[in-house]
This record gives sequence, C-alpha cells and structure tokens, in this order.
Amino acid sequence: MKLSLHKMGLLALAFVLSFLMIVPAFAADTIKIGFNLPLTGDIPEVGDGSKKAAEMYLKDINDAGGLEVGGKKYQLEFVYMDNESKAESAVNAALKLIEQENVVAIIGPNSSKQAVPAGGTCNDNRCPMITPWSTNPDTTKDRPWVFRAAFLDPFQGPVAADFASQKFGAKTAAVLFDVSNDYSKGLAEIFKSAWEKKGLGPVVAFESHGTKDQDFSAQLTTIIKANPDFIFVPDNYNQVALIVQQARDLGYKGPFMGSDAWGTPDLIKLCGEQCYGNYFSTHYAAAGAAGATKVFIDRYEKAYGSTPADYAALTWDSIGLLVQGIQNAGKVDPNPRKERKLIRDGLASIKSFDGITGKSKFDEQGDPIKCAVVVKISDQGEFVFEQSVCP
Amino acid sequence: MDFIIQNIINALQWGSFYALIALGYTLVYGVLRLINFAHGDIFMVGAYIAFFVAGFMLGPALGLSPMATFLLAVPLTMFLTACVGVTLERIAYRPLRRKGAHRLYVVITALMCGLILEYSNLAVLGASRLKFPELVHKTIWNMGGVTVTNLKVIVIVAAVAVFVILNFIVTKTKIGMAMRGISYDKFAIPLMGIPIDQIIVFTFILGSGFAGLAGLLFAMSYPVLEPFMGMIIGWKAFIAAVVGGIGDIRGAFYGGFLLGFIEVGVVTVFPSTYRDLFAFTILLIILWMKPTGLFGMPQSTKI
Repeated sequence: MKLSLHKMGLLALAFVLSFLMIVPAFAADTIKIGFNLPLTGDIPEVGDGSKKAAEMYLKDINDAGGLEVGGKKYQLEFVYMDNESKAESAVNAALKLIEQENVVAIIGPNSSKQAVPAGGTCNDNRCPMITPWSTNPDTTKDRPWVFRAAFLDPFQGPVAADFASQKFGAKTAAVLFDVSNDYSKGLAEIFKSAWEKKGLGPVVAFESHGTKDQDFSAQLTTIIKANPDFIFVPDNYNQVALIVQQARDLGYKGPFMGSDAWGTPDLIKLCGEQCYGNYFSTHYAAAGAAGATKVFIDRYEKAYGSTPADYAALTWDSIGLLVQGIQNAGKVDPNPRKERKLIRDGLASIKSFDGITGKSKFDEQGDPIKCAVVVKISDQGEFVFEQSVCP
Repeated sequence: MDFIIQNIINALQWGSFYALIALGYTLVYGVLRLINFAHGDIFMVGAYIAFFVAGFMLGPALGLSPMATFLLAVPLTMFLTACVGVTLERIAYRPLRRKGAHRLYVVITALMCGLILEYSNLAVLGASRLKFPELVHKTIWNMGGVTVTNLKVIVIVAAVAVFVILNFIVTKTKIGMAMRGISYDKFAIPLMGIPIDQIIVFTFILGSGFAGLAGLLFAMSYPVLEPFMGMIIGWKAFIAAVVGGIGDIRGAFYGGFLLGFIEVGVVTVFPSTYRDLFAFTILLIILWMKPTGLFGMPQSTKI
C-alpha cells in the first residue's frame, strides 16, 4: 500500500511536471497582459473597479474566439498584481509582471503615486505601460514606453479654477492636499498657479496633510480663519469624507471643489449627505451618458450591480488602446521582448482614439488631449453632469 | 484669540484618543512589565466591534434609535473588546509567562498578535473601508467664532472620566493594591495569597475595555474604518505613554494630551510635513532630560 502511494505520488509529480512543460507550448497562442492594480491599501475600490472592467473586456474578446492579429486569433490572458496602493509595491509588481510573468504590456497603476515610479520601471525595462487614471505629467514625461488614457493635471487644475470662479463667483481660494501623494501635491500646485494667474484674488491658505492622517482640524482651522470663498481638495475619496465632515464641524459653510480622485461611488458611502451639492472635475459622468458609454455602463451595472466609476471606464479604454496597439503591430512575436517593442511602436502610431470616456488625440509624449467634465453630487448622491470643458 | 482657543479644542480632542490608548499601554506595562504592542490593534478591533454592534442595533432586528444604540453600544463594545484582550492574554501571553520566557519574546509575540489582528481583519472584511453610522445627532455650538460639537465634548469628558476611574481603581481599591504589588514583585505576591493570574486578567479587561471605548469614540469622530487604523495611532500613543513615564497612569494621561497639543500646534504653525519631525524631536528632548518620562521614577513601584 505504501509503495503504491509512493508510486501515485511520483505519477502525480510527473503529471504536474508534464503539465508545466505543456503550458509554454500553449503560450504561443495567448497574449499575456499584466495589470498593476491597488487591490488592497488606501484605494482598494479603484483596483476592484478596474479589475471588473478588465474581466468584462477579457470575456468579450475570448468568447469571440480571441483577438485577431495578422490573420490569426489569439486568446488574451490577464494577470492581476496587487500594488497595495504603495509606490514601492507598484515597482515590485511591475518587475514581477515583466520578469516572472513575461507579460507583453502592463495596464496600471491607476494613481499617480504608484504610476510615476512604476512608469520609470517599465520604461527602463522596455515594457509598454498604459496608465488608465494617472493625471500627473511625470508619469509619461520623457518615457517613450509609457502611455496614458486620462487627461493631465495641467489641464485639470485650470478647469477646476475656471469652474469655481464662474460657479461660486469666488475671489479667494484655499487648498488642502496630501503632501505625500504625487497626484494631490502636483494638482494642488498647478491649481494654485492657475488660480493666481486669474488675478481675482489670492490663494489664502495652502495647507497639507499626510496620507494616513485622520484629523485635519488644525489645517482646517487655519483655512477657515483665512475665510476663503471655497476650498479645493484634490484628495482621495476616503480623506475627502473626513475633511468635509470636519470642516463642517468647525463651522465652514462654503462650497468644496474636488478633482477626479473624488469620483468613486464609495465617496457617497463614506461621506454621505455632507458631500451633497459639491462639485468635482472628472473624466466622465455616468448619469445621462449616451452611445457606447451607456452600453458599457448598462453592462457593468448588470454584471456587478453598481455604476462604473471613471477608473473602470478608463481601464476599459486603456485595454482598447492596447488592443489597437497590438493590432497596429500586425503580428505577434513569441518572444515577449520583441513583442513588447512591436506593441510600443503600435501604441505610438495611434494618433486618435474614440473611447467611452470621449474622443482623444495623442501628443508626442503619449498623452491624450481630451475633454474633462465637471459633475455635481446631487441630493440623491449621484454624480450629475454639470459642464464639459475641452482644451 | 478664537483661533488659538479653537486649536486648543482640536488638540484636546485629538489628545483624548492618545490618552485613552496610552492608558491601556501603561496599565499592562505597569503590571506585567510587558509592552503590549497589540494594543493599538485592539483599539482597531474595538472600532470594528462598535461598528457591528451599532449596525445590529440600528438594523431591522432591533431597530433602536441612534441615541439608545449609543448608550447600549458603549458597555457592549467595551465588554466585547475586553474579551478580545483577555483572549490574547490567554492564548499568547500566559503560556509564555508560564514557561518563564524572557520579556523580549513576549514583546515580539505582542507585535505578532497585532499583525494577526490586522491581517485577519483584512482577510475577513476585505480592504474596502466602512462608514460608521451617526449615533449622536451632531450639534454644533458656535461661541464667538469657536465651534465645538457635542461629540467633541463627549470625547474629552470620556478621556478625563476614564483617567479618574482608573486612578481610583489603582490607588484606592484592594485590586489596585494587588496590581501595584505584582508590579513591585511578581514572585513574592503569590505568597501573600493573591491570585496573580486573575489580577492580570483584570488588568487586560480594564486596558482592552477602555481601548474599545476609544475605538467607539474614534469611529464616531472619524467615521471611516480600515484595518490598519490602529497601527500608527497605537505607536504614537505608546510613545506618549513612554514620555509620560510608562507604568504611571498620570503619565499616560498627560503624555497623550501633550502629544496631541504638540501635533496640532506644529501643524498650525508649520507645514504638515514637519509635524512628526518636530513632535518627536520635542519628545526626544524631554526624554533626554528625564529618561524615565515626566512622571516616571526609576526602579520603583509604578502604576
């Protein structure tokens, strides 16, 4: 009995080994794409939404028999790697995807805090990367291998400033931002210079906080003392929920203006009625969408029971861009290194793209030039389209 | 002027949480000479217990009003969090104590327990944050430009009350005398017929129970819960307890408020990046001048 168990073990081992050896043979007919996502950490909703959109896309392609490149159909394979919403983990995840998983391209990371360092890693390792949601200019700057699907902060900052001055009739502004987050810090500075360029009035308070902070009362007391017409908060949704509540507790009654990092259904879950009536700039508005955007939203809602946030839509567009890049390449090289080069050239040759977050043209940095929308948080907690701003 | 008073109130609220958590550190250290690094995570567990207790009471099964929920949630959260603390003592610290392990190993065990609590929470509940329901209807009082909410008053009053209660227990009751006795000499004390294990369990009940209260109040003040919320605040409260003189109840109380005042004060004057740098430099200077902490005394009975 013991002997036969032993033999069975050997047999199982042999089976596993042979299976492992067969897999690379299959690999020739699949295209492996990596995802560098924040599935845990500060912004897990963002990773989750991106993954759901990716799963939907994957199913579409593979159920249709695969992606046709150069007359042959290839199955897609998606590998999801968690970057814990941390910069250093995002670099590790990118390296793991490139070196161990041998992916031909990477989508993500979403937040600039992770996308700026991970973009450097992908560029150095000559692996194409598309970030869906990062708006910081440094992510793609002088990095020929890095692309993006979102507009840039130098565009978003002035949009927020223009909108607030028109809508609130504001003369003075205050800013509260996360100093250890590239996205938040960069956007706060861009906003400040955009606001001061308008010449209406100064930025009366420019306060910062750390990522793990939960108490903002000292900063908010300083801001409220300066008596601004509105407060600009380019922060992640979880911090926004605390900031808005604490500002109201300290007696602030004026409006807030947010940025695209507010655009998560979780904002309403965490912030509740305190956030109603405020505005933020973002990539698309789910309420009142039409055409392909509406089809995507309806399908996503049917599959997952929730409205897709902007990062889910941008992930969808990023995959669309990548698919176009692969098809532009015209053939699939079994060597991942060569394939990466082909895909990069394919991506660089895209001049314009019609995605569900709007039409965009690409400049020489690989950055899209596209419209932003400003949405209002309605009294039902929905993100309602307010105005569209195009470059 | 109102600006300064407003910041004093901000600091009092923030310091209250440090003080409440530091009291738990100091109690356990005073009795066992054990730095219970899991204490910050017991605080986090307290906040989550409060979340589920409140959710259950507000939910369709009972349908209580928010105020009744708050009044019932306080003792229930404290009780359940105390159970978690006692369980840790039972499965982690007591076996090591029985085997006569060196204190270093017990401290490492405490660190492990904290990580286990954090990651089991992450595994069970996921990374998504939870929103704590509003239990106390918030009233904002505005007095000449200074705003105070009723919740802030509750938090500050609770911190002072907990300090007074603990001080009374430790200095005026028999069980408190036994706690001080164990702190003084844990080998001689059993010879006096004092049940050392029971006293230690009682210490954990007190420390964890008040961590649960802190968790509940924290979740009400900052209603966004995540599994790692106890980590940094726990470390800082521990430092506050050390600066106050760890093992001394007054030390934990004043140390907590001192740290709260320094942090809020630094952020008021400087950019927030300097907060921890300045705060902990000041604390380091205090320790240079008085290495035993403000209220600590070298090699003597504490608590």
